[in-house]
Amino acid sequence: MFQSVGELIILLWRTLEALPLTWRQHRKVLDQLFEIGNASLLMACVLSLFIGGVLALQTGPILAERGLTVFLGKIVGLSMCRELGPAMMAVLIAGRIGSAMAAELGSMRVYQEVDALRTMNINPIHYLVLPRLVAISIALPMLVVFSILVGWFGGALVSVTNYQIAISFEAYFNSLRDGVKLVSILNGLTKSFVFAVVIGTVSCHQGLQTIGGPRGIGRSVTKAVVNSIILILILDYFLTRMLMHLDR
Amino acid sequence: MNASNSQGSRVSVRGLRKSFHGHPVLRGLDFEVERGEVFVLMGPSGSGKTVLLKHLIGLEEPDAGEVLIEGEPVGAPGVMDRHRMAMVFQSGALLNSLTVGENVGLYLAEHRLKPPAEIDRIVAEKLELVGMAGTQQKMPSELSGGMKKRVSIARALVIEPQLIFYDEPTSELDPLMAVTVGEEILRLNRRIHVTSIVVTHDRDLAFGIADRIALIHDGEILCLGTPAAVRANPHPLLQKFLTTDFKFNSSPKTP
Repeated sequence: MFQSVGELIILLWRTLEALPLTWRQHRKVLDQLFEIGNASLLMACVLSLFIGGVLALQTGPILAERGLTVFLGKIVGLSMCRELGPAMMAVLIAGRIGSAMAAELGSMRVYQEVDALRTMNINPIHYLVLPRLVAISIALPMLVVFSILVGWFGGALVSVTNYQIAISFEAYFNSLRDGVKLVSILNGLTKSFVFAVVIGTVSCHQGLQTIGGPRGIGRSVTKAVVNSIILILILDYFLTRMLMHLDR
Repeated sequence: MNASNSQGSRVSVRGLRKSFHGHPVLRGLDFEVERGEVFVLMGPSGSGKTVLLKHLIGLEEPDAGEVLIEGEPVGAPGVMDRHRMAMVFQSGALLNSLTVGENVGLYLAEHRLKPPAEIDRIVAEKLELVGMAGTQQKMPSELSGGMKKRVSIARALVIEPQLIFYDEPTSELDPLMAVTVGEEILRLNRRIHVTSIVVTHDRDLAFGIADRIALIHDGEILCLGTPAAVRANPHPLLQKFLTTDFKFNSSPKTP
């Protein structure tokens, strides 16, 4: 395990060192951005709509019983942008994009395409890892913005249509506006950026470490997704602790 | 072979050892490959030829010993820049996400060595050289194994290498194309005096193109010399490898 952590840190460091070369790889970054957005936007919106809805459905009736529906927009708004938006999107992207990255790089490794790059003196980190890491670090925060907005809307829909809650759109969004500050959204975006770096690094690392043919590729994909999700949830706690101080 | 005017690189292998999971694959190999030489590494499957080739081009780290390109360790910084090396992989190892044209021009494009129009011209020229003209827009998945190998050779030629490694260059090729590829290896060697190291178990190819042959068995060099010297070597394992052939019963099956 310690060896893997060390390798992850070295991979991340070498990729960060190569950041000035990003412009040379801009076409690949754009391709990856399109790939991530195209594959995930609709799924992210559907997921967020229901997360916001469930949040309102779980908390709304309890607040309504006590005459506290004035806080519903605030609860859904803050939960979406501080926690559920970044964390759920990160899990979704780890499953959808992290697995694809690990599988693609894994098959390139197994079928000697990575070796072919090295024999042409093309650094696989510059050519393969850098564009993916840059693209996911841009794409995940953007998806989280969509997720937050759609989640708020999902909460609003349930708040208005559920007979146990039954508050107006205006009341819901007034409550949300009172509770959610710009710093809360920045809090979520910071988390999502860190999660994106984790997913990109873990998935590329697993892909490039693949050995042993199709079964090895499958193993790398599973490890990439599972390790990413574990790291996301552990880091989520520590990031929340750190960012709490800013968001007061 | 014309070593004095050659642009090829000299390769020295000293005490090379490698084990995987405790199982020795290379057991202390020592040999020199001269500039501009066609050097064939021959041996049965599993004898360590491909592992040796990976060490020669720096894709594997040895447990002991070293590989020197013109006196410099192959893994040292800048060696790949100073001594242009190329490898033709057994599977072709084309990047499946790129077209044939992009694969062949990848080295020039990534290192920004030529403008795009010039790269297109060079790509077309090299593809024509290996009999693959007009395939620039095809994807590797549309090609047969032999076609992939020819594109892989074109990709290696683009580098204008001083040292070129071929891993089983004639496997998956029909006999006519195998001869063409063998001739191309020789032509390239004679034209630009590139040092060529060929891994194969194709005896016809080995004896047809080699200046010298090393026969590897179980991670050791069984014999090394000119094709004539190798043929004349009485070592029983070597003779068995060189002379074993199909011996089918020609009488028809009885019902």
